[in-house]
Amino acid sequence: MNYYAMPKLSLRFIPIWRRNFMVWKKMAGSSILGHLADPLIYMLGLGYGLGGMLPQVGGMSYIAFLAAGTVCYSTMNSASFEALYSGFARMHEQRTWEAILNTPVTLDDIVFSEILWAASKSLLSGLAVLVVIWVLGLSHSMLTLWLIPLSMLVGLCFASLGLIMTALAPGYDFFMYYFTLVITPMVLLCGVFFPVDQLPPLLLQLSGLLPLTHAIELSRPLLNNLVPAHYTSHIAVLLAYTLLGFYVSVVLFRRRLSQ
Amino acid sequence: MSSVLSAQNLSKSYGGHRVVDGISLSLNKGECFGLLGPNGAGKTTTLRLLLGLIIPDGGELSLLDHPVPQQAREARLRVGVVPQMDNLDPDFTVTENLLVYGRYFGLKDAELRARLPDLLEFANLTNKRDARVPTLSGGMKRRLTLARALVNDPEVIFLDEPTTGLDPQARHLIWQRLRELTARGKTLLLTTHFMDEAERLCHRLAVMDNGRIISQGTPRELIAQNIEPQVVEVFGEFAADWAHNHAARHAQRFEVSGESVFCYTDDAQPLLQELQKLPELRYLHRPANLEDVFLKLTGREMRE
Repeated sequence: MNYYAMPKLSLRFIPIWRRNFMVWKKMAGSSILGHLADPLIYMLGLGYGLGGMLPQVGGMSYIAFLAAGTVCYSTMNSASFEALYSGFARMHEQRTWEAILNTPVTLDDIVFSEILWAASKSLLSGLAVLVVIWVLGLSHSMLTLWLIPLSMLVGLCFASLGLIMTALAPGYDFFMYYFTLVITPMVLLCGVFFPVDQLPPLLLQLSGLLPLTHAIELSRPLLNNLVPAHYTSHIAVLLAYTLLGFYVSVVLFRRRLSQ
Repeated sequence: MSSVLSAQNLSKSYGGHRVVDGISLSLNKGECFGLLGPNGAGKTTTLRLLLGLIIPDGGELSLLDHPVPQQAREARLRVGVVPQMDNLDPDFTVTENLLVYGRYFGLKDAELRARLPDLLEFANLTNKRDARVPTLSGGMKRRLTLARALVNDPEVIFLDEPTTGLDPQARHLIWQRLRELTARGKTLLLTTHFMDEAERLCHRLAVMDNGRIISQGTPRELIAQNIEPQVVEVFGEFAADWAHNHAARHAQRFEVSGESVFCYTDDAQPLLQELQKLPELRYLHRPANLEDVFLKLTGREMRE
C-alpha cells in the first residue's frame, strides 16, 4: 500500500461522528460540568488570588488576561485528551475502528472523523469558558464571539497533532511523554499565565514556533475588543499544524493498521 | 454457478516472511466455504486480504464483481463480517449497536428501524434489545455480532472463528443460524479450527498451512483423497510398545501420540480381531473424519 498517498475524504465520516456524539450524550452531564468547572476554578483561584497582587497585565486585569489564555488552554486540553486517551480506547481497547473498517468506511474517514469529533469537544469547552467570561463580566466585546470559531480551529490543530501520538502509542502510559514534554511546556511558553515577552530571547523564539502561542495571540486582543494584529498569519500557522498533523497521523495509522 | 469471490495467487509477506503464499480460491453463490488451518496458518490475513483491508503483494482478486482492493469500498457495501474478537460498542445497547453499525453502510434510520425486529429475532435477542453490551453473555455477544453483520443484508458473510470460546449450546444455536443463512442463498466464508464445525456446516473446505492451501474439496473428498477410510484408536499404558511391534502388520499407517495410537487402514477387521485378544488395551473403531485429515496434513506438533 502507498502509505504516503494523500488522504481521500468522503461523507462517511458523519456516522462515526454521530456514534461518538451518541456515546457522549450518555454522560453529557459530567462532561459539561467538567468543561465549566475546570476553567472557572482556575480563573477564580489564580485570577483573583494572583491578580490581587498584580497591576494590569498587557492592558487588562489579570483575570481577563488569564481568561484569554484559558480559552485556548482549555480547548487544547479537550482536543488532546479526546484524541489521545479516548481515540486510543476506540482504536485499540474497544476495537471500534476495527469494526468500522469492515464496513464501506475507510481509515482516512475514521481519522478525519476523530479530528472533527475532538474539535467538537474543544468547541464545547471553548463555549463553556466563553460563558464564564460573559457571566463574570470579563469582556463585553462582541469580538469575543470570534472565540467560538477559534476554539474549533485550536481543537482541529491539537486533535491532529495528538493523533500522531495515538498512532504511535503502545499503551496509555506513552501519553505521559506527550503531556509532560509537549503540552506542559507549551502552557508555560505560550503566554497562558504571563506575557511571552517575559521570556529570554531563545525561549521567546521557541514560543513563536508553537501553535498555542498563535492561538493566544488571537484570543487575547479579541477579549480586549481589538482586531488581532497579523491575524491571517496566526490562522495560517494553526491551519498548517492541522494539515501537517492530519497527514502525518493518517500515514502512521495506515502503517499501524493496514498490516 | 456464478462466482461470488475469486482469488488468484494472492500473496502477502511481512518482513520477508510469506504469511499468505499464493492462495487461489473461489466461492459459489449460496455455499458455505471453510478455511481450516492451525494457528498462524494465515487464515485471518487471508480474510483481511479478501476484504481489501490490506494490500496484497501479488495476485488477482474480485469480490462481488468488484476488483479488490481498488473497489473494496463498493464490495464491502454488500459484505458482512463477524470478526474473531468481539468489537461491539460497550457503551451502547443491543439495538443501538445495530442502528449505529447500519449507519456506516449509509442506511437511513427509518430503514434500519424497520429491519431491527427481524435481526433481533434472528439473534434470539428480542427481549434483550435494550440491554447494554457488557451485561450480555458470550453467546449473546456472538449472536449480536452475527446480527450486526447482517444489518446491510449482505450477499457474502465472512466469519472468523465464529464459535471460538462458546459453550456447546451457544455453538449449536450459531450453527443453526448459519445453516439458515445458506438456505436463504447467502454465501458464507468461515475460518475455524473445529473440525466438527467444518464437517457439519461447510459444503467445501480448504486446509491452509504456512500460508498455502494444501488441500481443497468437499469434506468427503478431503477424507477420501487424503486418508484411509477407517481408524482404530488404541489406548493404554502399553499401546505405544504394542504399536511399534505389531501395528504395521494390520494398518497401512499409524501414529503414536502419548498413550494413544491412531491406526489408519482400509480394512480394520484383522486389527480388531487381534485387539480382542489383548484385554490390557482399550480401542475405538470409527470412520476417518476431518480431524484425521487435518492432523495428517498439518502434523501433530503444537503451533504457538
